[in-house]
This record gives sequence, C-alpha cells and structure tokens, in this order.
Amino acid sequence: MSADLVLQTEIVGKRNEHLYFALRNRKVVIGSSIVLALLLLGVVGPFFLSSTPNEYVGPKSAAPSGDYWFGTTYFGQDVFAQFVHGLRSSYLVGALGGAIAFVIGLSVGFTAGYRGGLVDEFLNMITNVVLVLPALAVLIVISSYLEVRGVVSQAVIIGLFSWPWVAKAVRSQTFTLRNRDYVDLARLTGKRAPQIIVREVMPNMASYLLMAIILLFGGAILFAAMLDFIGLGPTNAVSLGTMMQQSMAWSALHLGLWWWFVPPGLAITAIVGSLYITNVGLDEVFNPKLREM
Amino acid sequence: MGRYFRRKLLIYGVTFVIAVSINFAVPRLMPGDPVARMLSRNKVANPESSEAMRAYFDNVFGFDVPLWQQYLNYWAALFKGDLGVSVYAFPASVSSVIAGALPYTLALLLPAILLSWIVGNSLGAMAARNKWLDNGVLPVGYVFTAVPYMWLAILLAWVAGVILGWFPVAGGYSFALTPTFSWVFIVDLVHHWFLPFLSLFIVALGGWAIGMRNLVIYELESDYANYLQALGAPRRLVRRYAFRNAMLPQITGLAVALGMVVGGALVTEVVFAYPGLGSLLLSAINNQDFFLLQGILLFIVIGVLVFNFLADVVYVLVDPRTRLGLEGGQS
Amino acid sequence: MALQVEDLKVHYRTTKGDVRALDGVSFSLADGEIMGLAGESGCGKTTLGKSLIRLDGRMRHVGGSAVLDDEELPIGDDRAMNARRWKEVSIIPQYSMSAMNPTRKIGKMTAELLRSRRISYRDIEDELVRRLELVGLSSKVLGNYPIELSGGMKQRMVMVLSTLLDPSLLIADEVTSALDVTNQKAVAETLVKFRDLGFVKSMIVVTHDLSLVYQIADTIMVMYAGRIVEKAPAETVIKSPRHPYTQALIGALPEVGLEYGTERLRSIPGRPPHLLDPPTGCRFRDRCPLAFEQCAEEPPAVAVADGHEVSCWKAAN
Repeated sequence: MSADLVLQTEIVGKRNEHLYFALRNRKVVIGSSIVLALLLLGVVGPFFLSSTPNEYVGPKSAAPSGDYWFGTTYFGQDVFAQFVHGLRSSYLVGALGGAIAFVIGLSVGFTAGYRGGLVDEFLNMITNVVLVLPALAVLIVISSYLEVRGVVSQAVIIGLFSWPWVAKAVRSQTFTLRNRDYVDLARLTGKRAPQIIVREVMPNMASYLLMAIILLFGGAILFAAMLDFIGLGPTNAVSLGTMMQQSMAWSALHLGLWWWFVPPGLAITAIVGSLYITNVGLDEVFNPKLREM
Repeated sequence: MGRYFRRKLLIYGVTFVIAVSINFAVPRLMPGDPVARMLSRNKVANPESSEAMRAYFDNVFGFDVPLWQQYLNYWAALFKGDLGVSVYAFPASVSSVIAGALPYTLALLLPAILLSWIVGNSLGAMAARNKWLDNGVLPVGYVFTAVPYMWLAILLAWVAGVILGWFPVAGGYSFALTPTFSWVFIVDLVHHWFLPFLSLFIVALGGWAIGMRNLVIYELESDYANYLQALGAPRRLVRRYAFRNAMLPQITGLAVALGMVVGGALVTEVVFAYPGLGSLLLSAINNQDFFLLQGILLFIVIGVLVFNFLADVVYVLVDPRTRLGLEGGQS
Repeated sequence: MALQVEDLKVHYRTTKGDVRALDGVSFSLADGEIMGLAGESGCGKTTLGKSLIRLDGRMRHVGGSAVLDDEELPIGDDRAMNARRWKEVSIIPQYSMSAMNPTRKIGKMTAELLRSRRISYRDIEDELVRRLELVGLSSKVLGNYPIELSGGMKQRMVMVLSTLLDPSLLIADEVTSALDVTNQKAVAETLVKFRDLGFVKSMIVVTHDLSLVYQIADTIMVMYAGRIVEKAPAETVIKSPRHPYTQALIGALPEVGLEYGTERLRSIPGRPPHLLDPPTGCRFRDRCPLAFEQCAEEPPAVAVADGHEVSCWKAAN
C-alpha cells in the first residue's frame, strides 16, 4: 500500500538525482571531460588547420617544434594536422559503428526477450553464432575485398559484427522486465508490443543502455584502429590507426620518429580509457550501493 | 548435460557453416573482379607464373557452373583439405603456407591467454579484498584494456628493442641462424618471442583483473555469502567460496575474449614482423592473395571454435549447475 | 528473560546523512516466546532482526544494548559477534532460496561451515539427519547441490541448518514471503515445532503478514517508523488493538472467512515519515485520525494491561 507510494515519488526525482550524483562523481567528470576535450579538438581543429593533412608541408622527419607541434613525418607531413583529422574519423567510426551495433543489439535483444519461444530460439542462435565468430578476422576478409574503403563503410561493417553481447544482455533484462505488473497492465490496455517496449521496458533499463552505448563506442574505435593498422583503413582519409600503420611502414621505430606513433596510440588509449572510467563512475551513480560513503 | 553439449555443438556447427559461406560469398558478391585484380597485381611481380594462375583460378572458381554447384564444389574441396593455392607464395598450397606460420601464432597466443588469465584473476581477487591494492589495480587495469594492442607492441619495441636494445624487434629468429634443434636456436627463438608475448599478455591482463575483481565483489555481496557470515563463518571460508564461484564466468569469458585476443595477436605480429598468421595475413592483403586470406580466416575460425568447445568442457567439469542440466545451458 | 533490548539505535549511513532505521527500541522476550514483529516495509523490522545478529555494511550501531541470556551482545563489534552467531543467535534469512552456495554439495558446505567454527561434522551428523527427517527431508539431500532441491525443500534445509546448534534466539526474517500458501503453513508449523522440541529457545518472526504470525506467535510487536508502537499477546493485538496504527493495520487485513464486500479493505492514507530527519513527537500523527495537540510530544510506552504496552497518548489516557 504505502510502500508503493514511496516508490512512485522516488521515481519522479530520480533523473535529477542521477544528474546530481553524476556531476559530483569524480570518475564521470574526469572521464567525460577528456572524451569531450578530444572530441572538441577533432571537431574544431580541422577548421584551423590544413584540410589536407597528407600534404607535404614542412621539413622531413622534424621533431616537435613551435611550427609543427607534433613534428613532421618522414615525408614532411604535419603530424598534428593528421592527428586532429584522425581524431575526427575515430570519433565518427566510434559513434556510427557503436550506434549501428546498439540498434541491432537492442532490436534483437528486445524482440527475443519479449517474444520468447521460437523467435527467441532463432535470434539467440544468431546472436551466439556472431558472438563466437572472431570478428576481426571476418572484418579483415570483408574489408580486403572492398576496393574503396571509407570511414562510413568501415563503421557499418564494425557495427554489423559487434552487437551480440548487447543483444544477450538486453534479452535477459527484457525477460525479467516482461512479467512485471506495469508491463502486464500496458498489455491489458491493448498497447502493441513495440509501444510497450519503448514506453514501459526501455525506460527501466535506461541506465544500462547508456553504459552499453559507451562500451560499444569505445569498442568500435579500438576495432577500427586495428583494421586501419593492418592497412584496411579508409583509402581516402587519415585516421589514428593509419597514422600508426604509416609510421610502422616507414620505419619510424628505427629512425626514432616517436612523435609519429606516440600521439595516435595515446589518443586512442585516452579516449577508450576515459570512456571506461566514465562507465565505472556511471555505474556508481546508477547503483546507489556502489556510491562512496 | 547432453542437451548442453548438443546445443553448443549446434552453435559451433552453424558458425562454421556461416564462416565458410562468408568465405564463399564475399569474393562473388563484391563489386569488381577480384581474380583480375589479384592477377594484375601479380603480373608485375612474377610474369612467368601469371598464365598458369589464370588458368588455375578460372578452373577453381568454376564460374561456368551454376552458383549452387560452385558452393557444393567449394565444400567438397574444403573437406579434402584443399584450400587452394597461394598467389603470394605460388605455387605453394595455402594449407602448407598456413601450417608453416601456425606454430608461431600458437606459441604467442596460448601462453599469453592462459598466463594473463591466471595472473589477471589472481590480481583481481587480491584487489577485491584490499582497498589499497584495488586503487592501484583498477585504474591500471582500465588503461591496459584501453590500449590498442599494436600501440603497446610499438611502444615495447621502441623502448625495450630500439632504445635499450635488450630484445630484437623483428622476425621469429635471427636471419643468420637456420632452424635447428639446438640451444642456440631455441634461446634465439625465445629472445624474439618475448616482446610480442609480453605485449599481448599485458593488454589481456587488465580485462581479467577488472572482471575478476568485480565478480568477487559481487559474489561477496551475494545471498549465500551473507548467510554464511550470519552463521559466523570466518572471512576465509566466504572468500574461498566467492573466489571459486567468480572463476566460473571467467571461464566462459575466456572463450568470449578469444576473438579479441586473436585479433590482438594478428596486429602484434605485424608490429614485430613475427612470422605467424598475422604477418601472413598482412602479406596476403598486400598481395591481394584472397585464397590465403580466406584460408587464414578459416583456420582462425576453427581454432576459436575448438577453443570454445574446450572451455565448455572445462566449464561443465567445474560447475555443477550445467552438469545437472537444470539451470545451466545458458548459451 | 531470554532477550532484553534497551533503547537500541541503529542508523543507516547514506550520502545524505544518517537514516534512523531504529530510533530507540526497547522490548523483552521471554524464554520460549515466539514474537511476531510486524509493520509496513521500511518501518525498521528487518533492521531490528539484522541488528541482533549481523549489521550489514551500511548499518551502524549508535546506542542502546541487547542482553541475551544475561550476557550483552556486542552488536557493533563484528568480530566479537562472530562467536555468538549460530550458536546463540541464528537467523533464517529472507532469501532462503539462494542462501546456500550453488556450487557446493549441501553436506560438504555444512561440514566446511562447521569446521570453520571448530565443530566436528561427525559428531553432529546423526542429529542433522534426524532433524532433516523431522522436516521430511531424506539424508540424501546432503549429497545434492542446492539447485536440485525444490523451493520448499531449500527452505526446510535452511531452517534445519540455521537451528542446528540450538541457538537461544532465532530470527526468522520474512521466511514465508517466497512460498505458496501450503508451504507457508508448513513452515509456520515447523517453526513452532522447533520451539517445542527445544531446538531454539525463543524466536522473533519478522513479517508483514499478520494473519500468518497470528497463527504461531505468542506475542506480536508492531513497529512504525523506527519505533515500537504496541506490543501485546497475539490475541490482543488482533482482536483489540489500542494504537491507532495497529488498528489501521488490522483494518487493512483481509480476514479469513469474512466476505470482502461486507467490510471494505481499508488502506492507510499517507505514507510514513522519512527517517533521515524524523518529526518530533508521535511519528504516526500526520496519518492518524485521532491526532491532537499532545501528539507533538513523544508518547511514552504505557502498560495498559499485563503484557500490553502502547505508545499513544489517546490509548494511554
């Protein structure tokens, strides 16, 4: 009776409460600040720098200086310009690949969990198959057949192969939520399945979904970097992965051009690491149990 | 238990069929003529074999028969162990080229996976009970998992190889040596092996440590842990149970993480020019050697499936729930 | 007197401050007494149950004492409490379905638990088997994993395990809430049987289900917002409660054999006060139909009859 009343009033204030704790959580603040700062650099940077980062602009193999902040490549390209453009494509791949994987994982998971039965059996089978497939190897084979590779096509194929764990998690969550009273109520009032999922089920795992997006985003960036490094990166653009690939291909290691290969890897580590840290922080925000006291 | 294995085997079977089908479909569905592309690339390199290749590929792809028959032929060839002929190492067969590279990759992968699993789990379990250690393990663990495999490999090669000169940074063994079963050669082999191994090991380590830490903490808060403590069980007993139960999901995790580690091994090999599947893959890509490429994919898929199955067997041995076939089979 | 609790205060630490889950609770429990502990969720009844055996991580013992068999329980001292647990105070938890380690055979787990308390499993095995048979379990369950048992079997197993060392005080925390009606009744009867056979001396049965506790309890204690509002023999609490809150609680109870149509189920309007900063005076006064000026002062516990205490100005006068 009154226990229900207490619960309802708590839900009203929940959003604000989460925001309040999120802004006070050190992990969330530091993590998201780094991610956003690098994003800003990637978005704004290219407007101030040359739009053709592969141009031979300066002296060859120059160390970092006032003119070329991150030095130049073996061919005299500006590493900082490449870096800034690379950030941009990394974020693009992360956002797009993550979003595609998220949408697929969400649809498959919800459908399987909500419908159950044969539909579930079938979708679960597909999920397991894609989960077992070594994604990188498959991506390599597919990418290598593409004559022209862009950031977008790369994001699409990454998205197509990185959704299974989301689907699995969403499926089991939906299973438990499916039989809750409010879902039954919605069903009784004649709402259709998609409506019920969007209105009743999704809000109840919002926090979980947010964290899944973050992990997918980071995963897509890492994946793209690996593909780029093998030489299957975008044929017409610079990315952090292609920078590393180029530096290796032109033996930056032996020539001691560390400014060529350190920044791109550091940036990826910083972005993905900050995403993970943000996630840990968010976990504390959403689960009051974990909040430090 | 029978049901559990049947289910798993079905999944692995379907996965294998799909992987083979992707292999079959991709070159045929992609725009352009991959054979022509492949050959035009190679014409420059070794003109004398180009004619033989053309004839060979026309025959292999069998473009004149209907698609379903091509598909069946493809399977038939596969079962005979015929993966085609490598373009880049023409006229060596793909199977023999892969067989030459496989030991190197396995030598990197298996120790890296198993050791990172053992060390990571121990670290994680220790972190779960020690606040001070936790504050160190957790952030470092997250940084490790966020590092791209190849970047750590590059850094290690740069610092320990180029700057300090402690380790060689390229190849599986010194060019001056010929592979023999001698101490000199084995030491040289290990010397070349160490950095790529270390790099793989470190990146994989972080994930296990974090996972184990979270699982142990979760287990320590579980109902049975609470009940044991309410009955006055000492922490030692509760921790032992929690650790043991937390290991179970980590065994499944081993199989799940495998795909990623294999990917990591591929790029790590590229950095160190280590003569395993990764370097082979790079050559295949650079030479547009699609037969080799597909052969490698197939081998990786088979390896991953076998490893998954082994993990399943181990899991059944240690978790009574799957053994009893009641709650388990959460495939 | 088996148990004597005096002005017990236990707080929950949260980021917003201390939640006073138990705010000065005093009562006593006689030898052989089964006391039902009732109230809405969040009133502090589970906290009280836990305080007497093991505070969880966020709970803090702020004041007051509990004396069991003339010895004070070191409530705030987890280590010192350990020696008392299971042997003197024991608990049947809310979560019996998941109370046993899923990856250990039940017998092995029991043996390991006993050994960790320096008790020989051999010595006690016969008694364990005898008690299992008493609740209708064969000794084979000791060779089973928990998931091989049905819900009712797990519940009985945990009941036997919890009382194996003949504790002086047993806390049964919402033991029936996860069970169906038939099992509920069986469990309730088993609790009484355990008391009658002397496996436990006295018992606190925490529940929100008054009708169940009425069947087995000698006395019922009702809590509201971290305080005790009324304690009396079970019959009295159900038939002639004095505190307006108890009356409302009884009014909200569907009576067996009574048509729902003749008397509407009444729920209590309003909700309990927040225990982060509880109001002064009687905590029920905002929801109480009888409230008047004096309720702004804290009502003392008054004995209105033998063994019947009420904290209410109206009931006392």
